[in-house]
Amino acid sequence: MTFVEARRRMEGKDRALRDKRMPAGDAARLVHDGHHVAIGGCLYSRTPLVTLREILRLRRVDLTLSRNLMCYEGELFLVAGATRSLVTSWIGIGLPWGLSRITREFVEGGQARLEEWSHLALGLRYRAAAMGVPFLPTLSMLGSDLLGRTSARTMTCPFTGETLCLVPALFPDVAVIHVHRADCFGNAQIDGYPHMDPDLAAAAATVILSAEEIVSTDEIRRTADRTVIPFFTVDAVVEAPFGAYPHECYGRYEADLDHIGAYARGVAAGGAAAVQAYLDEYVYGLDTFDAYLERFGAGRLRRQQQAAQELTR
Amino acid sequence: MPATASELLAVTASRLLGDHKIVFAGVGTPLLASALAKSTHAPHLTIVVEGGVVGLEVLPGRLPISTNEMRAGRRAVMLPSITQTFLYAQRGFFDYGFLGGAQIDPHGNINTSVIGPPDHPRVRLPGSGGACDIITHCREIFIVTMHERRRFVEQVDFITSPGYLGGHDARRRAGLLFGEITTVITNLALMRFDSETRRMRLDAVQAGVTVDHVREQTGFDLPMAPQVGELAVPSEEELRFLRLLDPDRLFLG
Repeated sequence: MTFVEARRRMEGKDRALRDKRMPAGDAARLVHDGHHVAIGGCLYSRTPLVTLREILRLRRVDLTLSRNLMCYEGELFLVAGATRSLVTSWIGIGLPWGLSRITREFVEGGQARLEEWSHLALGLRYRAAAMGVPFLPTLSMLGSDLLGRTSARTMTCPFTGETLCLVPALFPDVAVIHVHRADCFGNAQIDGYPHMDPDLAAAAATVILSAEEIVSTDEIRRTADRTVIPFFTVDAVVEAPFGAYPHECYGRYEADLDHIGAYARGVAAGGAAAVQAYLDEYVYGLDTFDAYLERFGAGRLRRQQQAAQELTR
Repeated sequence: MPATASELLAVTASRLLGDHKIVFAGVGTPLLASALAKSTHAPHLTIVVEGGVVGLEVLPGRLPISTNEMRAGRRAVMLPSITQTFLYAQRGFFDYGFLGGAQIDPHGNINTSVIGPPDHPRVRLPGSGGACDIITHCREIFIVTMHERRRFVEQVDFITSPGYLGGHDARRRAGLLFGEITTVITNLALMRFDSETRRMRLDAVQAGVTVDHVREQTGFDLPMAPQVGELAVPSEEELRFLRLLDPDRLFLG
């Protein structure tokens, strides 16, 4: 999609100041087969799992997923048959857990395509889209083999004569983002790391927002300097306490590394069958997000809340 | 207990970091090295990590595993966006950058993308993350890795992070105007690059390691500096601090 088409599409977007609250299952219906879905947060931080779960439950197919650093949600979508195309700078869970067996099997076996950009290059692609321009220049990726394997181009700077790498704007069809608080219109605030989420919200044609808590617009007005996503970018607002669990939400709950570790060990031993079993248990088998959280148990959620409070004191 | 290989890496790397500087550190050994430097000779060192953290202070026993989790942001002075963090690097604010890698060639080019042909990889590795950006935008680059023959190869299968490319002025000619890869730190040795050819050469060995052993573990011809030194062993104090930081030995091995 060119920046001109993306701009025209944006001009047609509904900007009505209306209550956009809805259940996650309804919000997920904004994602259609074939869409490019950009995922907010980063790795196991503020991953919008409440909405991703519903997209999987709708059995969408032919999606392209992009994310700055892709965690195991990539594996869930691959094994579920929802995507064969990932765009990222890095994929895995973390050093102690080694390489992703699923990514290896799908990519090495030619069943999925992984398009790799440098972290900054991908960030600038979202930023360019958020700015409404066709590309941004950087020195990143010059000299690397990433340059020739992506849609990045080089040019000679008309002002200095230096070589520049140009990264094209990435306009996602849908961005899925989890935040700390939002009002019913979608004015949203994030505590701690913003990651790339404000850029994602402005870059995407459609934005599905989930929030730890829904607050009044008066409360947003009192702390307007904390608002990083304006309502006019947002199409759906989902109230979802623990909406990123078992990933972390800054200051609210720490990542449940025991759960993530058990998942990783299971997949290392059982491969795609283990991912399928995880999907059956945590995605398809639990009809509501409340039931999903109950599976972890209130004690566990409280423990992770306490850990977060200690770390951000 | 004598130093493990990972402890040797962290100690050797920490000694290269100066006070009142800014270091762009990844999680694992780079963060351990930076925190160690801060606790010893460089108390005013500022640690930046790519998840969007300026000036963190590590809580012993609660080391971050990813660069963008709460543990990494503890007591930070700023939590910028990821893109903004890298833009500070591109602007030239960061003195040091750390990299590791699955494959490294004699000119400091690094592969963390694929082993085998890129179209049909034998092993799909995690990818660049910020590595390609760090080697492009930080002012002085340290490569920190275990010294293994399968890692130190004549030619990397894929250049994820460009070092000196083909050597001489190839890096500059590719448009990479900034950043110098100065040092390769391993559990066996410390290597630098010839100022003309930009090819790696052996500068010093870790205590008790022979030059022959280093060469056996290197998959390409490794010339020697005129004087090959021996690195000082880690002190009790350095090891004590590292073990305090990582009591579960997540990264110390």
